[in-house]
Amino acid sequence: MSNTVLRTEALVKRYGGLLVTDSVSIDVKAGELHAVIGPNGAGKTTLINQLSGELASNSGEVVFAERKVSAWPIYQRARGGLLRSYQITSIFEGFTVLENATLAAMGAREHAFRFWRPLLGRSDLVDIAMHALDATRLALRADTPASELAYGERRQLELAMALAAAPNVLLLDEPMAGMSSQESAQVVQLLKSLKGSHSILLIEHDMDAVFALADRITVLVYGKVLFSGTPEEVRNNPEVKNVYLGDEEIGNAA
Amino acid sequence: MDLTLILSQLLNGVQYGVLLFLLAAGLTLVFGIMSFVNLAHGSLYMLGAYFGATTYNHTDSFVLAILAAVGGCILVGVILERTAISRLYMRDHLDHVLVTFGLVLFFNEMAQIIWGTQPYFLPVPAWLDSTVEIFGMTYPSYRFAIIVAGLLAAVGSHLLIHKTRLGMLIRAGSVNPQMVGALGVNIKLLNALLFAIGAALAGLAGVMAGPILSVQSGMGEPVLITVLVVIVIGGIGSVSGAFYAAIIVGIADTMGRAFLPMLLREVMARDLANAAGPAIASMLIYVLMAVVLAIRPQGLFAAQKS
Amino acid sequence: MTSPTTRWKLETIVPLALFVLFAAVPLWGHLADNTFYIAFFARILIYGIAVAALNLALGFGGLVSLGHALFLGIGAYCVAIPSFYGIDNGWLHLLLAVSICAVIGLITGAISLRTSGIGFIMITLAFAQMGYFLFVSLKQYGGDDGTTIAYTSKFFGIDLGGVYTVYITAFLLLVLLTWWTARLRKAPFGMVVRGARQNARRVSAVGFPARRYLLVAYVISAVLTGLAGLLLANLNSFASPETLSWIISGDLVVMLVLGGLGTVFGPVVGAFAFLGLEEILKMVTDHWLAVFGLAIVVIGLVGKAGIIGLLASISQRFMRGPSAPPSSSPAAPAVGAANNNHKRVQA
Repeated sequence: MSNTVLRTEALVKRYGGLLVTDSVSIDVKAGELHAVIGPNGAGKTTLINQLSGELASNSGEVVFAERKVSAWPIYQRARGGLLRSYQITSIFEGFTVLENATLAAMGAREHAFRFWRPLLGRSDLVDIAMHALDATRLALRADTPASELAYGERRQLELAMALAAAPNVLLLDEPMAGMSSQESAQVVQLLKSLKGSHSILLIEHDMDAVFALADRITVLVYGKVLFSGTPEEVRNNPEVKNVYLGDEEIGNAA
Repeated sequence: MDLTLILSQLLNGVQYGVLLFLLAAGLTLVFGIMSFVNLAHGSLYMLGAYFGATTYNHTDSFVLAILAAVGGCILVGVILERTAISRLYMRDHLDHVLVTFGLVLFFNEMAQIIWGTQPYFLPVPAWLDSTVEIFGMTYPSYRFAIIVAGLLAAVGSHLLIHKTRLGMLIRAGSVNPQMVGALGVNIKLLNALLFAIGAALAGLAGVMAGPILSVQSGMGEPVLITVLVVIVIGGIGSVSGAFYAAIIVGIADTMGRAFLPMLLREVMARDLANAAGPAIASMLIYVLMAVVLAIRPQGLFAAQKS
Repeated sequence: MTSPTTRWKLETIVPLALFVLFAAVPLWGHLADNTFYIAFFARILIYGIAVAALNLALGFGGLVSLGHALFLGIGAYCVAIPSFYGIDNGWLHLLLAVSICAVIGLITGAISLRTSGIGFIMITLAFAQMGYFLFVSLKQYGGDDGTTIAYTSKFFGIDLGGVYTVYITAFLLLVLLTWWTARLRKAPFGMVVRGARQNARRVSAVGFPARRYLLVAYVISAVLTGLAGLLLANLNSFASPETLSWIISGDLVVMLVLGGLGTVFGPVVGAFAFLGLEEILKMVTDHWLAVFGLAIVVIGLVGKAGIIGLLASISQRFMRGPSAPPSSSPAAPAVGAANNNHKRVQA
């Protein structure tokens, strides 16, 4: 267990009578990419919201780097290296791409109670931001206002902002949602390069990507962990096939 | 300090409270369901007082005065809603603030143009100009009538909200406004209706308050701000919350102003009490609001938003 | 502060010309031996400071405060009350104004930020009203009628109550504040606060507790408004509860929107346009408030780019400069801004 960077202990979330997260215990090991899949409504985003600190659980614990962080608000977790990206793009529309990324770079490292010199004058932070923009192929768009980005580019900026924050653990909520297959392929390449040095919890519907990337896959149905194992095990598990994947052969090509 | 004094101030507090409720009920719904910041609500209250006073001075009939106030305010409310307000629902709150702020200035000035700058006189109608016996003491009939009228309005609004289809839409709308529209309800009509009801209640409050407070330009805003305090304490969107909060605020304010200076004189030097007493009394309800916000920001009786 | 391409844009030239005009006023007044217009323009400058202060909270942070008159009034009474006791030490007035506005700003801001949208607007309005009633009830300091200030603030033996002195002080303060706004806009603190207006949730997710930064912006805004109040008291040698009225709070908001929400020069342009329009209307009709009210309704309906925004769009159309967005003009109100009232600050 010592190389587990993030885990939950019997996480429970209720909305009134509705049990959205049903005693979920999940873990992410250092350097692995752990994918979470499941039908719509399975509670995947709710799970990430509890992991990132935006949603308080009813019971259970979130343990990050062997510390109980359930009481930590989101900004504290971000500072600590637990970063998330959003399923519905959440960026600063009024700022340029570079400003978005540099702000993210600063947020993870220091406070912003500086009132005179410009943010972009901090070449150390800008370097980090440009690095993240390079990785997500947005470097050429650095001075473009975020509001002018195409949809796929916005998703990339989402990812860049998470990267700029020097994350230990990335919580990625459907980063490839709405992307073309070419764009998705680029993100898959990026995530492959991040594995090992980063630990990633990935929610995705794109099964090709999931099976290409994941070291482990957890299947979530109605807020409960149905099965958790290697991609091979998941592919062959009869319950999973019934509930989610159907009778088709999935994820053959890598 | 005798019991009669305390009781009569308590009743005064309830009377002030029901007036606040009449204003708060409509406004909290507009805030909660249409998410519209209507600073001009006080202007409707003022117009109600003016319409009522003018009608009474021409007809000597308080009943007609009430009808004129309510009817006139409904008319003004509907016109406002259809011409200006409805354009703003999709905009952000700053736009609401600007437009309604401008309207307040406009209405206040128009009132001065039409009715002059001197306070307008609306006397207590003769058939209410006596006293009633309650709790073993005499109390002005008119104020008692206001209490009765206000309580009837409270009961009426409770029935409306909990026993009618419109009320169901209102309750649904205060919890999830977008959904109500998506369900095919004629949102435009509902909004106009809500606004009109709020305007009617404001007009009623204005004409009833006329004989007690003076009818003049700018009378709406101080009351409006107190109503905002009521809504914050009661919870935005909750009519029952508005009722309880209004009574609490009405009593706290009235009793505070009446007794706090006196109480302070018991415990501290006279000079200090005379200075601090009125000051603290006037700040009392705001301190109350601050305390409620510190403990329960959504208000004491908030509608649970989904 | 501005890159070479922006220096020639209308939205920069007009405000700079305005500043030149302001610099010339005391000279002209001295030559013409007429102090009336100096006092008039001093009032514009002082309101400009208050609006620039509001700009930090509202323009940058998106906090619709309808209670900033509270701090204007506190600043004024921080001169009036010591003056009542014969104390004319300007440093003491200043210390009182800054510290009391900071504390009240902290308390009211912290409480108000527990709510959002409509709640915030109502609560700021209520707090200002509370201040209004407080000063009305202080009969020994004039109550409703206000109080004259016999002992205006003295710094190093210089009397701020003199019309030239207060004018020059207000002018310098406004220049500095405008300059600082320009720097702050791109500085980390300003970026976080502006980010909070666009997407408060994201700010916290990135690692900055949004509510904390907004509170600091609010407190800074309160203190600077208090300074404006101190200057106002010295200009008028008078302080009254009217300074804390909701009308004044509303006027400040209108001035900011009229000038250009969130822009560097919006406050000075807005204060000038608002007070100038008021003067012109007063000459035309006694019932200028009715016209003014309708004008404000129109401003609210038409949109929030303000005068600076208007100048920016004119210069974009006619000057065929490079298409890079100028640093001193506003972006169009952020795309997400209209819906931002319903998002709430996370930590």
